[in-house]
Amino acid sequence: MIVFLIKRLANAALVMLVVALMAFMIFRFVGDPIQLMVNEQTSQAERDALRERLGLNESVVMQYLRFVGNAVQGDFGISYRNQQEVMSLIAERFPATIELVLMATIISLVVGVPLGVITAIHRRKWYSEALQFVSIIGVSLPSFVIGILLILVFSVMLNIAPAFGRGDVVSIGWWTTGLLTPSGRAALILPSIALSFYQITLVMRLVRAEMLEVLRSDFIKFARARGVPAWRVHYSHALRNCLMPVVTMTAMNIGSLIAFALITETVFQWPGMGLLFIQAVTFVDIPVMAAYLCIVSFIFVALNTLVDITYALIDPRLRNSKA
Amino acid sequence: MTVNLTSPGLLTRIRQSDLWWSFTHQRSAVLAAILLTVLIVSAFTAPLYAPQNPYDPAQLELWNAEIPPIWLEGGQWPYLLGTDTQGRDILSAILYGSRISILIGIASVVLALIIGIGTGLVAGYYGGIVEDALMRVGDILLSIPTILIAILVSAIVRELLPPSLRDVGAGGVLVLAIVLSGWVQYARTVRAQTAVERRKEYVQAAQLLKVPARRIMFRHILPNTLTPILVAATLNFGMAILTEATLSFLGIGMPPSQPSLGTLIRLGNQFLFSGMWWIVLFPVMQLCLLVVSVNLLGDWLRDALNPKLR
Repeated sequence: MIVFLIKRLANAALVMLVVALMAFMIFRFVGDPIQLMVNEQTSQAERDALRERLGLNESVVMQYLRFVGNAVQGDFGISYRNQQEVMSLIAERFPATIELVLMATIISLVVGVPLGVITAIHRRKWYSEALQFVSIIGVSLPSFVIGILLILVFSVMLNIAPAFGRGDVVSIGWWTTGLLTPSGRAALILPSIALSFYQITLVMRLVRAEMLEVLRSDFIKFARARGVPAWRVHYSHALRNCLMPVVTMTAMNIGSLIAFALITETVFQWPGMGLLFIQAVTFVDIPVMAAYLCIVSFIFVALNTLVDITYALIDPRLRNSKA
Repeated sequence: MTVNLTSPGLLTRIRQSDLWWSFTHQRSAVLAAILLTVLIVSAFTAPLYAPQNPYDPAQLELWNAEIPPIWLEGGQWPYLLGTDTQGRDILSAILYGSRISILIGIASVVLALIIGIGTGLVAGYYGGIVEDALMRVGDILLSIPTILIAILVSAIVRELLPPSLRDVGAGGVLVLAIVLSGWVQYARTVRAQTAVERRKEYVQAAQLLKVPARRIMFRHILPNTLTPILVAATLNFGMAILTEATLSFLGIGMPPSQPSLGTLIRLGNQFLFSGMWWIVLFPVMQLCLLVVSVNLLGDWLRDALNPKLR
């Protein structure tokens, strides 16, 4: 187990080092940072001094090591665009994205699991086939399209939900939350539905597939034969055996939800990390881009590693497989 | 006594195949195929009948701007689906835009297939360092959300291009971004399948006969690995169109001078609150029809080619 743990963690660390290398290469080879930071009046001597201060005269390897060292301490430098520290910019936006992603995850479970169970139990009914068809459409609709359609219907035509921003927020320490104010909660509705849409179809399809498998097993037949009421067989006996993969997938997908949130955030002008990143991309604000890449990849890799390790704890057979 | 050795014609073979049978017996697949054919043909023949060439600024007239669709009050012939704020005919823009979206989709899937199949075959056939390297690169690429890779590649390559080439090269940059985030899947699938196949007797027989390795890989092994690849390629064609649309929507894809469906949606999105819903809704609908029909076909193909479901 310890060998597996070390192997898995080493693998994760390697991936993060490569991600950091990519982020560093963006820094090093896209544009000249000095050129982007100074204006036309800056003299050559001042430029050289700045170059020296930023450590741009050292060897590339040294610069990379320093970049990694700083990144581990959460120091990604200063934004080219508004001269603020990148980390504080991101920390400011972090709660908005996390609230959005968690809300979307909750919605996808609350809606997706029952739908999956229903379509599995009543497989041949018209509404199951219809839901199955809708789920293909759900997979085919890009998330920005869902966002636009939601805005069009609920904000423009019906005017019942706000389409932009985050509403009023309350700060608790460094964390800001919109969940405690009416306008904050209202603002969360459309973006979280838009973000959860794809996730709902995934959860639904997974639960359906797992349920179909479980319903065929002997213990379900036995429970039925014993006269256990149908709803108990389905929701207590069968569903419980499907939840493991659902939990796994949900945990692993939080990482990609954070990445995909950048699209939803752009559509709804939600002030999260993703919107910050897209603005950074348009302005070629490289420190922000690099920091976002590192942070999102870190969350992604950390979740995957955690899920793998949990699995190995539960199922010893997985420990010997090639990690 | 003569034996008829001529095989039946291609058409008969297709008509007698299991695949054709399953196709004609699944209504959604037939509908999706018809829809997709109509969409592709209409997009590529658009220059013949579209009322306007939306790329030609000389054809845009500002006094034709903001015309609603023809069935609404104020609608005007020939602007069936209305015009945008610059007098661009929405229908023409959609048809030309679909053409770009489809072309980018096809180009990126084909390129990803070539790279993925090539590396997958070599890695699976020879094993060793090539295989390890491929798996490691794959691990790393799969540890970063694909949309992030696509955005970064697209943003960085554009930045590296000289400004004069940025608009012209936009399509190529998009293809590159989609390919870089997508080829690993094919490579892994082919590698896994090849590693199984190369131990089989027919491969050993071919090796004994001193058939060149390249021929064994491409003529003997490759056909046996194609089934899952075909399904993945179909579904990825839909994904590629979506990724392109997303990047263009975010403003790092096709420029407004050569709008793809995603660009049209981005431009139209600004007018969502001004009541001109047609500028954004019709490109959205076209994009959805395109991707839904591709995905329905892919879904059918996956079930039809799955031996477990026969």
